[in-house]
This record gives sequence, structure tokens and C-alpha cells, in this order.
Amino acid sequence: MELKYPKAEFLEPGHLACAGCGAALAMRLALKTLDEKTRVVIPASCWSVIAGRHPDAALKLPLIHTPFAVAPSMATGIRAALDRLGQKDVTVMVWAGDGSSYDIGFGALSAAAERNEDIVYVCYDNEAYMNTGIQRSSSTPPGTWTTTTPYPTLKKEQKKDLLNALLAHGIPYAATASPSYPQDFLAKFQKARSIRGFRFILVLAPCPTGWRMEESKTIEVGRLAVESGVFPLLEVEDGKWRITHQPSWIPLERYLELQGRFSSIGEEEKETFRKSVQEKWKDIAEKTGSPLEDKVR
Amino acid sequence: MRTVLTGAEAVAYAAKVCQPQVVAAYPITPQTHIIEKLAEYVAKGELEAKYIRVESEMSALAVVAGAVSQGVRAFTATSSHGLLFMHEMIHWTAGGRLPVVMAIANRAVGAPWNIWCDQQDMLSQRDTGWMQVFAASAQEAMDLTVMAFRVAESTFLPVMVGLDGFVLSHTAEPVELVKPEEVDAFLPPMDFPLRLSHHDPFTLWPILEPGLYHRERRDLFKDHARALEGWLRAFQEWEKVTSRTYTPVEGYRLEDATVAFLASGALTGTVRYTVDILREAGEKVGLVILRLFRPFPYDHLRETMAHLERVLVLDRAISYGAEGIFSQEVRSALGGLCPVQCCIVSMGGREVTPQVVEDLYYRSTMIPEGVVLWS
Ligand SMILES: Cc1ncc(C[n+]2csc(CCOP(=O)(O)OP(=O)(O)O)c2C)c(N)n1
Ligand SMILES: [Mg+2]
Repeated sequence: MELKYPKAEFLEPGHLACAGCGAALAMRLALKTLDEKTRVVIPASCWSVIAGRHPDAALKLPLIHTPFAVAPSMATGIRAALDRLGQKDVTVMVWAGDGSSYDIGFGALSAAAERNEDIVYVCYDNEAYMNTGIQRSSSTPPGTWTTTTPYPTLKKEQKKDLLNALLAHGIPYAATASPSYPQDFLAKFQKARSIRGFRFILVLAPCPTGWRMEESKTIEVGRLAVESGVFPLLEVEDGKWRITHQPSWIPLERYLELQGRFSSIGEEEKETFRKSVQEKWKDIAEKTGSPLEDKVR
Repeated sequence: MRTVLTGAEAVAYAAKVCQPQVVAAYPITPQTHIIEKLAEYVAKGELEAKYIRVESEMSALAVVAGAVSQGVRAFTATSSHGLLFMHEMIHWTAGGRLPVVMAIANRAVGAPWNIWCDQQDMLSQRDTGWMQVFAASAQEAMDLTVMAFRVAESTFLPVMVGLDGFVLSHTAEPVELVKPEEVDAFLPPMDFPLRLSHHDPFTLWPILEPGLYHRERRDLFKDHARALEGWLRAFQEWEKVTSRTYTPVEGYRLEDATVAFLASGALTGTVRYTVDILREAGEKVGLVILRLFRPFPYDHLRETMAHLERVLVLDRAISYGAEGIFSQEVRSALGGLCPVQCCIVSMGGREVTPQVVEDLYYRSTMIPEGVVLWS
């Protein structure tokens, strides 16, 4: 398959991400679909650091840092001002972690989606508060070790379903994307850019530091997440669901095994994990009208 | 043109004539009439602005900050718990040097619930880097709001314009309307040099290493002190345009006074009246009105009060474990010139009649400095 890979580079090589950071990889890809006429809005997260310490700046685009809970609101104000200035062609993109998207900024995110603000909202989901040292978020999957869910108190609860929560707002476009599938990733960001209104993209961003794995495994673990069915690649346009990549249904264990954060997962938590993946696919089958078969292994 | 307006309407009108491009609104009593009036202006096409109905005050200020970061004027208003809910953005806005103007209908803070007036909301935001002024009438609320835009945009410091909840916000008074051409003559278009632009991309508010951060804070501090000049210039220009006189501190019957009250906001009306009564009884008493609270007008206070033998500060905000907030501030300004007595005159809208003020006056003569008097 030919890889249509835009040459544009808006991420400088000297950024401050850890080796193997999936969130840096994702940003690089996302920016390839944009041009200078962009405002990037980043709340407190690893990306507050990755973007560089003054006077170094990793992004060659206008970037605005915000407090943890208000990136969608700050983006709303930027959008409103740009519209008033007649600059409707400028893309406003929020780039936020799971901590702000699922938790502390969920209210602001929901409100911006409900108002159908003309912004692209990207949640780069590394499934924990990584910047502060790997603490549980409501995106953390069951059975995960984090510094606030140390063994034997591993995370008990399911991962919050943010995609469906956002879709409940009736937004025009939502998708999931993985830097392990660059073509799929780029196509979704390009599509998002061509649509007006609130666009939501959930990116699974493997974090070698927090997931307790080798830096070289980022792409592989991202693939295993998709192929096992843990992270379905989807697109929802005007309420119409589409699976953009069919998983090959490799066993869940292969995904879990690679990551130290799951090293103490018990049978019970594994069952909760498996069930949540099964439920997710049941929901997808219903929404896409595909046959209901449990293929999760 | 003279008309009758509530303080809330006066503020909304002032905001309108300053033509913000973006208005963010979240309701809280007693601020609601300000944002409702602005919604009406936008609905009628009298104000061409994006009016954004946010889900919280934190977001209201974030929307405003986002808009100002693009170089356009923006406005919001809040009160009490709404202001407290903004606290993180309050610091961020000042630290980010955004010239934001926000009206605060001053109200008590829970628990327990109380919707009536005191100044605990605004004064608990004292150390955030915002400038603070307190209006004593609907007219002042209108005038100070317009002036706030000018000073904010020439100093890159945000301003809170305080007006007493209900007492001013909901009470109609005669007001001389600011004319749009007066505002045009007084308020130049906003020019925010830090506005984000793709023609010269940069990062706003990145991590600063300690040395640079320290310098930023020093600049914020120094610019704050310098902003006093900005207010004085704005007052002067305003007088030229409207013939209405403003000063950071104002005296009433102070010339031959030996004792003076110090108060702010609409409360000063009652105190003026009480001063007249006490004068008739032969007491040599006057009133100091504190209008500009941040930057703190040290010299103006000292000048105005140098000849006094005693000051009775009427506080409506408290630093618990210490005393009234104005009392502390005035004491630090006077530096021992004369005794400063703290009177907590009204929390949560406790009624202040001339009788209450008179009582405090006589009681204070029997109590040494350092003892906090409660009305
Ligand atoms: C109000 C507030 N609370 C806490 C923090 C501390 N904090 C900074 S980044 C962060 C975690 C961010 O997590 P996430 O959004 O998942 O991004 P990641 O660090 O994982 O990239 C936290 C808790 C903060 N900056 N502001
Ligand atoms: Mg995270």
C-alpha cells in the first residue's frame, strides 16, 4: 500500500518528549494535515512540557498553553475572535490529554461540543495522568497498575467511554485514530479539517514510560491494541458509524503482555477488561449494523 | 443624556459602548442583569459581538482570555462564587498580561448561602495581579467600566470593576449616559502586541525557567505600581470628555476633620449622610472614599489623611485571624501617622443605616486601636 505522507513538518526535532512517546508521534502526524493558519491549544499535560521551554518552541505554529480544565473554552474564545476578525479559514485545534478530556475538563469539553464550536478537539489518550507521574484517570483500563492504584489495588473500574459520551452531543464528526496506522490517522485528520463544527478525535497514544514497556514498542503496542479489538478504529460522520480497519482479533493477552502496567492483572480484572472490549464491539455492531459476533479473544 | 438605570444596566451599557467583540456569560445573582442586558443588545443588533453562553465561570474567563489572546476586546461579569470558581483563570489572565475587564457585583461568599452584598468575593482575589476599583454609584459603575478598558489596554493588566450587589446592581438611579462619540474620543482601538498570529507564529505562556519567570513577575509587579499613572491619566482624560471628576481617593468634609471614616462602594452614600449628622452634633468628622484599591494609592491616602488623628475603617471583607482587609491596607499606607480602627460594618448585606454608622463612631471612641469593632 502506498503511503501518502505529507511532507509538511510543523514539529521540530528538539521537542522534550520521552523516547518512544506516542503523543509526540501523533502530534507530528496531525500537524502534517494542517498549515500555518492554525491555532493549537494545549492544556496542562505532558504536552505542556513536550512543546518546549522558552525560548525553545517545538511547534512552528501559533500555540497557546492553558490551565488544565479550560482548553475547549479558551479555544472557543479564540474561535469567536477569529470569526469576528473574518478569519474563518483558521483551524483551531485543542490537543489535550485524557486527564483534561475525561476528567477535569470534561464539563468544558461537553459544553463546547454542545455548542458545536467550530474546533477540532483531539484527546491524545495515554490512559493516565502521565505528566504528574502515572496516576489513574477515568480513562485508565481495569487491571492497570498506576502510582495511585498500586498492587493489589489495581484499577477496578471500566475505562470511561468518551467517544460515545461525545457522540451523545450530536457532533458532526468523531473518530478514533492510532499513530500505528498513519494512513488511517492522516485521512481522519484531513476529513476533520474539511468539516465545520465540533470535531472530536480520540487518539490512543502509547506511553512507554507509563505503560512500563520498551521505547521501541510504541508502534507495535498500538497495533496490538487495534488488532486485539481493544482500540477500534472508527469514524462517525453525522451519526453514521464506520469501522475503518477490521481487527485481526489477536488474543487480548498479547496486548497486555507487552506492558508492565498489566503485569499484576488478576483473572477478575482481566475478565472486566475482556467484557468491556466485548461490550464495545457489541455496541459497534449495533451502530454499524454489522453481524453480532463475539470475536474478542 | 440623563436617564434612570440600575447599576447592572449602567455596566452593561458601558460594556456595549466599548464594543467588545466577544462576550462570555454565566449567570449568578446579583450579576445576572448585566449579562441579560448584554444578551438583549446582541439580540437587537445593538452590539455586534459573539455572545457565548458557557457552562461555568472558569470557562467564561477562559473564553474571554482566548479572545483577547487574538487581539480583540472581550467582556464578562460575575459575582461571589462565580468569581471564586474562576480563581485559576484569574491568576492566569493577569500572569498572561491580558487586558481583560470584568464587572463584579460584589456579594458574600458561602457557606452558609448568602446572596447579599459584601466585598469578600473581590478582596479575596486581591493578590492575583488584577487591578480593582469600587464604584460608589451607578454612574461610577458606568464610567469606571469604560475607563477600565482604557487602563487595562494601556498597561496589559486586567481590571475588576466592583459594584455593590443589589444596592447598586439592582437599584435604579439617575445616570448621565456615556455617548458613543465620547468613548471613541477616549478609548483607542485595542492593540495587544502579544496576539497570536500565524504570520509570526510563537508560543503563548510556555514554561519559563525560574530566572525568567522571576523577571516576569517583577515586571508584573512594577507595571502594577506604574498603572496608578494610567488611572490618573484616564481620570484626567475622562474629565475632559465628560466633565466628571474622578480620583483614586476622595475626601468628604475632611478639611478640618480630626476623625474620618474610610469606606468604599455604595456604602459611602450612607456614611456621607451620617457625617453630616455628626457634624451637626459638633463632631469634627469626615469621610475618605477608597475608589482605586489595586494598584493601591499609598501616596493619595497619606496625603488625604495626613492631618487626621484617627481613622475608622468600615470593612466589608475580612482576613480571618487578622482583621478587616481595608484596615490592614490603610494601616500599612499610613505607617503610624495615626491610629487605624477596624470596624466590620456589614457582612452578607447586614443593613447599614446612618444609626449603625453613628453608633460605631461613638463606640470607637471608647476602644483602643487593635480591637476589631463589629457593628
Ligand atoms: C487544576 C490542576 N490540577 C492539577 C494539575 C497537575 N497536572 C498537570 S498535568 C496533569 C496530568 C495530565 O494528565 P493528562 O491530561 O492525561 O495528560 P498527560 O500528562 O498524560 O499527557 C496534572 C494532574 C494542574 N496543572 N492543574
Ligand atoms: Mg494522560
